[in-house]
Amino acid sequence: MWEYSDKLKDHFFNPRNVGEVENPDGVGEVGSLACGDALKLTFRLDANGRIQDAKFKTFGCASAIATSSVLTEMIKGKTLEQAAKVTNRDIADYLGGLPEQKMHCSVMGREALEAAIENYRSGGKKKHELEGNIVCTCFGVTDKEIERVIRENDLTTVEDVTNYSKAGGGCGGCQGEIEKIIEKVQHDKIKQARTPAPRRAGKLTNIQKIQLIQQTINEQIRPALRADGGNIELIDVDGDKVIVAFRGMCAQCRLAEFTMRDVVEAKLREFVSEQLYVEEAKESAEQPHNHRG
Amino acid sequence: MRTVYFDNNATTKMAEEVLEEMKPLFCELYGNPSSMHTFGGQIGREIRTARERVAALLGCDPSEIVFTSGGTESDNTAIKGALAAAPNRRKVITTRVEHPAVLAACRDLENYGYTVVELGVDKQGRLDLTELQDEIDDDTALVTIMYANNETGVMFPIEKIAELVTGSGAVFHTDAVQAVGKIPLNLTKSRVGLLSLSAHKLHGPKGVGVLYVRKGTRISPFMLGGHQEAGRRAGTENVPGIVGLGKACELAAENLEEENSRVKYLRDKLENAMLKECPDSRLNGHKEDRLPNTTNISFEYIEGEAILLMLDKYGICASSGSACTSGSLEPSHVLRAMGVPFTAAHGSIRFSLSRYNTEQEVDYTIEKVPGIINHLRKLSPFVTK
Repeated sequence: MWEYSDKLKDHFFNPRNVGEVENPDGVGEVGSLACGDALKLTFRLDANGRIQDAKFKTFGCASAIATSSVLTEMIKGKTLEQAAKVTNRDIADYLGGLPEQKMHCSVMGREALEAAIENYRSGGKKKHELEGNIVCTCFGVTDKEIERVIRENDLTTVEDVTNYSKAGGGCGGCQGEIEKIIEKVQHDKIKQARTPAPRRAGKLTNIQKIQLIQQTINEQIRPALRADGGNIELIDVDGDKVIVAFRGMCAQCRLAEFTMRDVVEAKLREFVSEQLYVEEAKESAEQPHNHRG
Repeated sequence: MRTVYFDNNATTKMAEEVLEEMKPLFCELYGNPSSMHTFGGQIGREIRTARERVAALLGCDPSEIVFTSGGTESDNTAIKGALAAAPNRRKVITTRVEHPAVLAACRDLENYGYTVVELGVDKQGRLDLTELQDEIDDDTALVTIMYANNETGVMFPIEKIAELVTGSGAVFHTDAVQAVGKIPLNLTKSRVGLLSLSAHKLHGPKGVGVLYVRKGTRISPFMLGGHQEAGRRAGTENVPGIVGLGKACELAAENLEEENSRVKYLRDKLENAMLKECPDSRLNGHKEDRLPNTTNISFEYIEGEAILLMLDKYGICASSGSACTSGSLEPSHVLRAMGVPFTAAHGSIRFSLSRYNTEQEVDYTIEKVPGIINHLRKLSPFVTK
């Protein structure tokens, strides 16, 4: 059971300003059904350029609905310049706080507001577009968006970033990349709290190398494939050639080759040795689990 | 406010009769059954009675019952114990829809060099037995497949599976935590090697369960220490819990008929009314091959946690497979394995009934749900009407 504030419960059970403003000046739509929450915000300005009316429609959990409701309340009567200054923190504070894991709802509110203002400024033509490069493919979160939540909320861990933006909360495959973004934005602020990734060793014996490859597959690669119902098995190591087989969903996946070159090889090079390259054991993929033969 | 408890697959109300049976074991008969004196020794009788009652419900011999701390311990013991007893075989087969107690234990095995195969299910949550047959080979040590799914109630053909598996020399374990007490079992006639059950799912106390170990099934103990449970599970017995479980099993045997008639009738009434009254709703899981008490319904375009909180306001307890309630950001692994689209998975609600539910409660819920669904749909940007 989530610990929700009384104000949040009030806005969930009695949401304000539900619906769509007729002939809106700005429309902001963010999120999707697949992601689990989505928000459509519409507003109309009065003669003085202040937000006269704002309404929302939201698909999502109680905190997503309550966040949307308070957002409409907060921006009414504001000029667009004032409204643009509303941060996700302001929204969460106005609600009397949100559980950490639900902070992404406040970020969604802020994003919808920005999208609506952007839409107005482009004369109603512009739809919200993602800025930057997608880092988290599960939830479609870009590097720019991640940088921004880190900066605005002073985040220092991957877990925080997931709570605030959902990024990294699906398959977990992008967590390394998120870590790098945190490092880039926060520099020296990062405390030791971060779990250190296994350090790449210097010179390795063959046995050490094979063990490190197996460990990297177990800890760094398999969890990501798992999330999509796939799996990977280490078949053999021949010099710098690492032979692996993909199982489950991965074996039939159209993206298998892409996954393999990009994820597996990159991870193995990062954690074991730059010289490594990966090959797929073709026949063993067709005859799975024949690993003893 | 009244509480309407439709979350019996999570846990159940403990029967008053069970409590009565347990009471003397706390402050009066508190001895240790392993003691030499009469005071402690008499407790052994209590445990023996409980063991016989459990065996009667399962249709097996009392010596095949090992008491544990619950479903999770039974599952872990079964998986790790069976593998330890068959060191030359390195493959484990399970399904993608297992309870985390099985799934996490199996996935951990990969770190120790085991090959773990997770069978998929079809859109209605059913297994393809030919796929299972193709996977079983002479390297397979263990097959672990649940009796009935906790989220959808879908039941697997456990007897057929047990025959397939044991024919190859592998051990077959089934997590029957949701099935025991809801459907009749007769393990004497079956080829199931290991079976897990948990007391608190059948109106018994929390923190006690059973691993059924068929005579002749080789298994290494998981908990080491004293000689309790014939050396199969060390640790001083949870005597009140075991006695409570025994009573719960006795009651379950008496109520099995009701479970499959009255409870099923209530479940069907609730389910049919909701599918009829709420547009864009769908049933998750096969309609027939199912536990009599469980229904899992998706209400499209709205989100499960919001539905649960609205139900909660009326005192109605249910659960959801939505991302927001699973503690992660992704919806239920069971619904995803069934290929339930995201639009529906996020809005899935499970109602699980028990013999303590009344028709009045069902009618009350039928009266409230359509209004809740309608209200949330009015908020949803994906509903244009």
